[in-house]
Amino acid sequence: MSLIHESAAELGRLMAAGEVSAVEVAQAHLDRIAEVEPKVHAFLHVDPEAVLVQARAVDERRAAGEELGPLAGVPIAHKDVFTTVDMPTTAGSKILEGWRPPYDATVTRRLREAGLVILGKTNLDEFAMGSSTENSAYGPTHNPWDLSRIPGGSSGGASASVAAYQAPLSTGTDTGGSIRQPAAVTGIVGMKPTYGGSSRYGLIAFASSLDTPGPFARTVLDAALLHEAFSGHDPMDSTSIAKPVPPVVEAARQADVAGLRVGVVKEFGGEGYQPGVLARFREAVDLLESLGAKVVEVSCPSFEYALPAYYLIAPSECSSNLARFDAMRYGLRVGDDGTRSAEEVMALTRAAGFGPEVKRRIMLGTYALSSGYYDAYYGSAQKVRTLIARDFDAAFHQVDVLVSPTTPTTAFPIGERADDPMAMYLADLCTIPSNLAGNAAISVPCGLADEDGLPVGLQIMAPVLGDDRCYRVGAAVEKAFESRWGGPLLKEAPAL
Amino acid sequence: MSTTTFMPYDEALARFEPVLGLETHVELGTASKMFCGCPTAFGAPPNTQVCPVCLALPGSLPVANATAIESTIRIGLALNCSIAEWCRFARKNYFYPDMPKNYQISQYDEPLCVDGYLDVEVEGTTVRIGIERVHLEEDTGKSTHVGGSTGRIQGADHSIVDYNRAGIPLVEIVTKPIPGTDRLAPEVARAYVTELRELMRTLGVSDVRMEEGSLRCDVNVSLMPRGSAEWGTRTETKNVNSLRSVERSVRSEIERQAAILADGGRIIQETRHFHEDTGFTTSGRSKEEAQDYRYFPEPDLVPIAPDPAWVAGLKAGLPELPSVRRKRLQAEWGVSDLDMAAMHNADAIGLVEATVAAGAPAADARKWWMGELARRANEGGVALAELPITPAQVARVTELVASGALNDKLARQVLEGVLAGEGAPDEVVAARGLQIVNDEGALSAIIDEVIAANADAAEKIRGGKIAAVGALVGGVMKASRGKADAGRARALILEKLGVSE
Repeated sequence: MSLIHESAAELGRLMAAGEVSAVEVAQAHLDRIAEVEPKVHAFLHVDPEAVLVQARAVDERRAAGEELGPLAGVPIAHKDVFTTVDMPTTAGSKILEGWRPPYDATVTRRLREAGLVILGKTNLDEFAMGSSTENSAYGPTHNPWDLSRIPGGSSGGASASVAAYQAPLSTGTDTGGSIRQPAAVTGIVGMKPTYGGSSRYGLIAFASSLDTPGPFARTVLDAALLHEAFSGHDPMDSTSIAKPVPPVVEAARQADVAGLRVGVVKEFGGEGYQPGVLARFREAVDLLESLGAKVVEVSCPSFEYALPAYYLIAPSECSSNLARFDAMRYGLRVGDDGTRSAEEVMALTRAAGFGPEVKRRIMLGTYALSSGYYDAYYGSAQKVRTLIARDFDAAFHQVDVLVSPTTPTTAFPIGERADDPMAMYLADLCTIPSNLAGNAAISVPCGLADEDGLPVGLQIMAPVLGDDRCYRVGAAVEKAFESRWGGPLLKEAPAL
Repeated sequence: MSTTTFMPYDEALARFEPVLGLETHVELGTASKMFCGCPTAFGAPPNTQVCPVCLALPGSLPVANATAIESTIRIGLALNCSIAEWCRFARKNYFYPDMPKNYQISQYDEPLCVDGYLDVEVEGTTVRIGIERVHLEEDTGKSTHVGGSTGRIQGADHSIVDYNRAGIPLVEIVTKPIPGTDRLAPEVARAYVTELRELMRTLGVSDVRMEEGSLRCDVNVSLMPRGSAEWGTRTETKNVNSLRSVERSVRSEIERQAAILADGGRIIQETRHFHEDTGFTTSGRSKEEAQDYRYFPEPDLVPIAPDPAWVAGLKAGLPELPSVRRKRLQAEWGVSDLDMAAMHNADAIGLVEATVAAGAPAADARKWWMGELARRANEGGVALAELPITPAQVARVTELVASGALNDKLARQVLEGVLAGEGAPDEVVAARGLQIVNDEGALSAIIDEVIAANADAAEKIRGGKIAAVGALVGGVMKASRGKADAGRARALILEKLGVSE
């Protein structure tokens, strides 16, 4: 097997054993990027020289006898919404084109501390707003399974890079499903940790109360290793939880569900769901039962209000978060010809710098927060949020984890939903409740839909700080499916 | 611009009753900013005390300053407020170049402290000012508008922004509407700000320098016709940067509004700017096209939930508050209300207290600070506390007088020497040779000379006309250039002339 097909855990082991160097591993991935990137367009920035410098540094640390973590030397693709001092950071927006942050995000810093080699910055929907990566100001990313289709979003560059073997690991952020949905439609693993379990410092904000950094990988164990590497309390983020990271790696290795109570969310299924997605989902539930889990149906009646509540809360927060992009201190500046006022330059810059979806959400949010509308919109949405959290609480009294399809359909063709925001928003129907409640949720592959042969994801939801349960169940599903399929699902993907 | 007309104050007060409201912003003297670790020192070169957080770089997040929260709660407690058991910061959204995030982290419907009061004394009566709320927020950067005539953004050529101030913790203290002050409204407003300033100093939470902007005041004024119970439309005057301006702006606004109302006009609810040079206010932006700040709870920060036991501890640990202290000192010093008020107005209480603490009798300490030193401060146009003399030095002067080493006239010269930078009182005494002549030999020789030179007067005294001794004592004082102890000189003269009283 070539280096690019190895798991992160295996690459880490090979490097620790001295069988391969970090430079060799990095070079293999740089070669792969050079080969397939013109087709996939997963990256917004790759600097091969800088990558090799990082890899050499890891090799030198190892040669000097330094004790390194399990992921030291492993390459990673980093979502271009985390600040990086040595690479531009755009959030997929023209308004930040060419901006070089003077500081590293906490996630970035922890990747570096763990010895991960950052290959580059991945494409995303502008400011992480979208479910297809079509909203990137720098062009869409293509799904390695079918280049005419979307790789999910907003972390579409992140999912595509891992599915296309450009990187064994990548970072993502999940505000309404932006990790789980791309993972599902590209046949890989994507985890949204408990809100506050991973630091938002240096993550360019979309919706502060929802944004959650998380890992992408091709195996559940790899995702857990990365999760552990960059998560944990950060004093720079007030909403970060001051508790130890749940034992996610141990759980991923445990990989058994015997005696575990699994709840199937009654509300997710039926109209609007692709039959092939539902079929694969039912298979996954049967599989869990065959592995010794006790499966019951659970009702979460408030979940049907999650999507509208989300599309009030997230735009409200974003309308305020994105106010800082005003041409005054950094980023794009338009119309500053010495005759215009600061206010006019701000308006011209924002008109030119933001794409249509970002503008739509800023306007939605501005409206929802307006005097006289606040209670009806933002206020009501917050109440729904409380009800959803209560539904979860009640459910987790009955069961250890909840399961659902990750997304109602497989990857749709690029352009299909570009002019239909509502259809696009439905991609996050099943993922949004966990963002509103802040609990942990993972997506793992559960097969290919019969209609289109495209990957389907199984979502496993666990309580707040129950992240380890996601990994435990996810790893059990992965193990059982791979033995049934004779290997990982990605093996079925066409060669690029 | 139309000319503003004013109604004479007395007439305005005869027809209308003012209602006041004051919003005061106090920059806390914390070592670091409200939401980041940047230093807060005043006067640093522009944009040197900044970081990703206070510049609102993408991705940066605020972390609340615990000391600022504690200071705000202490202010609330000192103002007799209730302290929230749970409250949140809120975002106040509006675009302005000196506001890096284009929203200010403030508090909206959940302030830290609510419903308190502050008692102030005006012309011998106590006025209780209700406190609506005390909340914590962050300051903006400082814009300087270059090239215009007014220093405001309208008409400016360009503007520059210093973000050093952006993110400095700011406490906003809002009074309830203050009716019933009648013609004393300007004085009440001033007394309130004075008292608040003293309270901040006592708490040690801010240096409250109005000229540096660490205490800023917005003054709301409305008028209602006498006999009416319905409050009028108010205006909010900003840029009121001294105690005197607080008083003047209220007076000027009463006179302006009264003229408009008497003429059948209506008051526009607006922000007005006070001008130190003219003492008038001019119209700013109108609040009728009010901004919608779209407040919502700040999602980047967790709620503040002060432990009631901790708050109780803060309350117990409050220092003696200024009004309580004044009452205690007045009793200790045995001075009249009038004298106490005079000391208060002159900002002399602390100086007198320190002088007493350094060993001076209260009456003497008060005499010097409120007499000679107040006169000097007045002449120099400086505050008493800014005179280059310490309470310990004043105490030493009173000690020298009490011991007989100086008389009042010499003591004034010693103070003058200290103020002139000639050193401590003892150094001035030595350098200027101001010691009273109490060397009996020297004094005796001077007296002999004076008796010899004034034989006629001496003869009269010998003849029993003791009143004539004054001339000889005067001669002795003159010959000694004021350094003789006049009482001792008189006794010696009489003795030498063989006369007894």
